[in-house]
Amino acid sequence: MKHLRLTTFLVAAAMATGATTGAMAQQDGGRLDLIVQPEPPGLMLGLVQNGPTQMVAGQIYESLLRYNKDLEPQPSLAKEWEIAEDGMTYTFKLQEGVTWHDGEPFTSADVVFSTVFLQDNHARFRGAFSHVESVEAPDDLTIVIKMKEPYGPFINAFEAGSMPIVPKHIYEGTDYATNEMNNTPIGTGPYKFVEWEKGSFIHLTKNEDYYIDGLPHIDDLYYRVVPDAASRAVAFETGEVQVLPGGAVENWDVKRLTEMEGVCSTSDGWEFFAPHAWMWLNNREGPTSNKLFRQAVMYAMDREFVKDVVWNGYGTVPTGPVSSKTNFYSDDVPQYPHDPEKAKELLAEMGYDGTPVRLLPLPYGETWQRWAEAVKQNLEEVGIKVDIDSADVAGWNEKTANWDYDMAFTYLYQYGDPALGVARNYVESQIKKGSPWNNVEGYVNPEMDKMWEAAALEPDNAKRQEMYTTIQKQIVEDVPVAWLLEIEFPTIYRCNVKNLITTGIGLNDGLRDAWIEE
Amino acid sequence: MTLWKRFLSNRGSLLGLAILIAVIAVALLAPVMFPRGPWAMVQRPFLVPFTNEDLPLGTDTLGRDVLAGLVYGARVSLLVGLVSTVMALLIGVPLGALAGFYGKWVDEGAMRFTEFFQTIPNFALAIVLVAILEPTLTSITIAIAIVSWPPVARLVRAEVMSVTKREYVDAARLAGLSNMHILVRQVLPNTVSPIIVMASLMVATAILLESSLSFLGLGDPNIMSWGFQIGAARTVIRSAWWLSFFPGVAIVLTVLALNLIGEGLNDALNPHLARKGR
Repeated sequence: MKHLRLTTFLVAAAMATGATTGAMAQQDGGRLDLIVQPEPPGLMLGLVQNGPTQMVAGQIYESLLRYNKDLEPQPSLAKEWEIAEDGMTYTFKLQEGVTWHDGEPFTSADVVFSTVFLQDNHARFRGAFSHVESVEAPDDLTIVIKMKEPYGPFINAFEAGSMPIVPKHIYEGTDYATNEMNNTPIGTGPYKFVEWEKGSFIHLTKNEDYYIDGLPHIDDLYYRVVPDAASRAVAFETGEVQVLPGGAVENWDVKRLTEMEGVCSTSDGWEFFAPHAWMWLNNREGPTSNKLFRQAVMYAMDREFVKDVVWNGYGTVPTGPVSSKTNFYSDDVPQYPHDPEKAKELLAEMGYDGTPVRLLPLPYGETWQRWAEAVKQNLEEVGIKVDIDSADVAGWNEKTANWDYDMAFTYLYQYGDPALGVARNYVESQIKKGSPWNNVEGYVNPEMDKMWEAAALEPDNAKRQEMYTTIQKQIVEDVPVAWLLEIEFPTIYRCNVKNLITTGIGLNDGLRDAWIEE
Repeated sequence: MTLWKRFLSNRGSLLGLAILIAVIAVALLAPVMFPRGPWAMVQRPFLVPFTNEDLPLGTDTLGRDVLAGLVYGARVSLLVGLVSTVMALLIGVPLGALAGFYGKWVDEGAMRFTEFFQTIPNFALAIVLVAILEPTLTSITIAIAIVSWPPVARLVRAEVMSVTKREYVDAARLAGLSNMHILVRQVLPNTVSPIIVMASLMVATAILLESSLSFLGLGDPNIMSWGFQIGAARTVIRSAWWLSFFPGVAIVLTVLALNLIGEGLNDALNPHLARKGR
C-alpha cells in the first residue's frame, strides 16, 4: 500500500539543481529524433490535452510541480511549497530568474492568469479547482491557494498536462482559441518551438536561457510523424529515429526491436497515468445487467494469457478498479482467477439462456483486435455467445457514449489518485450520455457514492486508505466492469540516450534531463 | 463429342476441377476435422510449421491453428463467391436481357444505369458499401454482388441483341408468340454458354474481393477468412512468414482452379473458338 504524505513539508531549493549532479559526466549537444503518434492536433497545451500534444508540449510548457516515479511532488516552476496542517492553504515559492521563450519575465501573475485561462479550457483542471476558494499572488514569486475544503488529491494536480502555466502577456484579453500565437507556443520549458512541418515533423530547440544551469543537454528535438506502425518500426531499425514512445509500434514488433543490439527499453514513465484497461459491461440491460453474469465473465477470462501473449508480458493483471501504481491501492479484494468451471456454475445459477452479447473492441490496431478475439474465445468456451462488433474511432465513441453496446473495451488514465482518475467511472453523478470518459456502464451504488465523496475530502490519509479499501472491496464484488490489464507501454530507445525517463510521466517531461552519449 | 467429354479432355480444366472439388470437400468437412472451431487457442503462439504433427501449419499470434483457419476460411470464400455471383446474375441477366431485347429507350435507360455503376471503381465502391452497411458476411456478399453485376448486364445485352436478329426469332414472332415467351424460351437459352463462363470467373473475382476487404480489416470480425488471416499476419510478416503464406497459397490455388474451369468451359462450349493443340 502506498501512502501520500500530506503533512507539512518543505523541499530545499537545492533539489531543483541537484537533479543534474550525476556520477557520470553528461555530454551536451546532439540531436534526438522521436516518434509522435498520431500527429497532435495542436501544441498549445492549455487548449489541447490529448496524448501526443502532452508528449511534445510537455517540453515547451511547465507546471508548478513535477512527479517522480513514486508520484512524490518535485520542484518545477515552484522551487518550494507548503501545505497547511489543515489542508486548507497551499503556498508555492516560484523559481527566480525564469523567462518566457520570448524573453518576458515569468511571475506569479502568469500563474494566477493560468488558473483563469484553464478554467475555461481544461475539464480536468476545472474538476480539481472546483475545491479552490481563491488564488492569490502576494508578491512576484509567491502563490497562495486557499481551499473551500481539504481535498487530498489536490497536490497531484500540478503536473504539466494537468495545469500548464501559460503566458499572461500573450493571452490576456484575447480570444484564446483563435490567438495566432497558438501556432508558435511560448512556454518556460527547456525546449523552444521552432517549426512544425505538418505531416512530417515538429522541431524544438534548446532553451539557452533555461533557469536551471546546464539543462537541457540536447540541442535539437525532432518529433517525427510516421502514420504506419510498420514504417515506424523500420525508422527505428535504420536509426532514423532513436526513441519509440509507448504504443508507437505494434506489440508484436516490441520483442524483435528490443532484442536488437544497442537497444534499451523500459516500462517506466507511466506511473502518473497508470493506464487501466477494462471492458464496460452494460449494467442497464441484457445478460450483463446480472451480477452473476458479470462475475462469470471475470472467471472466464484468461487474463494472464493475454498479458503474456498479446502484451508480450508487459503489464499487470489488475485486482480491481484502482491500479497498483496509484495511491490508495488495496489488494484486499475478492479475487477472480481464470476458472471456467466456476464461470459455468455462475451462468447456470443465473439461468443464462444463451442470449448473444455484443463485444465492441477498441479500434486502435491489431493488438486490440487480437485481444477482443481472445476474450470472445474465452467467453464462448464457457458457453457465452459473443458477436464482435466493428467500429472505427468515431463509431466507437458514438456507441459507447450512447450506451449502444453490451461489452466494450476501453482504457483510462488514473492521474495518481482514485479521486482524480478512478471515481469518474463508478459514481452515479458521472452517468452522462454523450461522453465515453465517465460512468458509461451505468453502475449505481448510492452507499459507495457517499464514500467516494467523503474519501476525496478526508484530510487524514489513513482514513482515506480505509475508505478506499472498502470501496474497492465492494466494487470488485459487484464487477460493474471487467478489469483486464494495468497496461505498460514500453518505451524503446537507443541505449546511448541517457536519463530519458526520470519522472512519473516519462517522455512527457523527460527531455529536460536527457543527454546523448557520443 | 459431348460437352462433358470436351471439358474433361482439357488437362487444365481437369486440374482446376480437381482442386475445386478438394476445396469444397475440405470446406464441408471443416466441423468434423476441427470441432473446436478456427478461433480456439490450442498451442503456444508463433509455433513454426512442420514442427508439431498435430499442427502441421503452425499457430498464429494467439496460438490458433493456422490449418483450422484455412479450412474454415474455405467455407467463407466459397460461400461468398457463390452467393454473390448468383445475386449478381439475378440483377445483371434480366436487366441486360430486357435492354438487348427491347432496345430503344429501355436499352438507353438500362445502359446508362449500368454505366453509372461501371464508372465507379469496383473496389472503392465495395469498400464504401461495406463501411456504410457495417461489415457482416451478408453486407460483404451484397456489396460484392452490387459491384460485379454490370459486366453481366453488358454481356447479356450484347448476346441477346445478336440472337434476336436471327431468323428463328423472326419465325417465332410470325407464329404469334408473346415477347416474353420469345425472350425467355427462345433467346436466353442461346446466351447461356458465355454467361456460364463469365460466372465461373466471377466467383474467382468475388473470392479475391472478399479477401481484399478482410485484409483491410473490413471483413466480418466474427468470421475466419483467408483475407482476415493475411491481414492479421501483416504486422508480423517479418517474424512469422507462414501466417500470411499459407492463406495466400489457398487463395491462389482456388482462384487459379476457378479460372482453369472457366477457360475449360469456354473451350468446351465454343468448340469453334477452341485454341488448337490441346
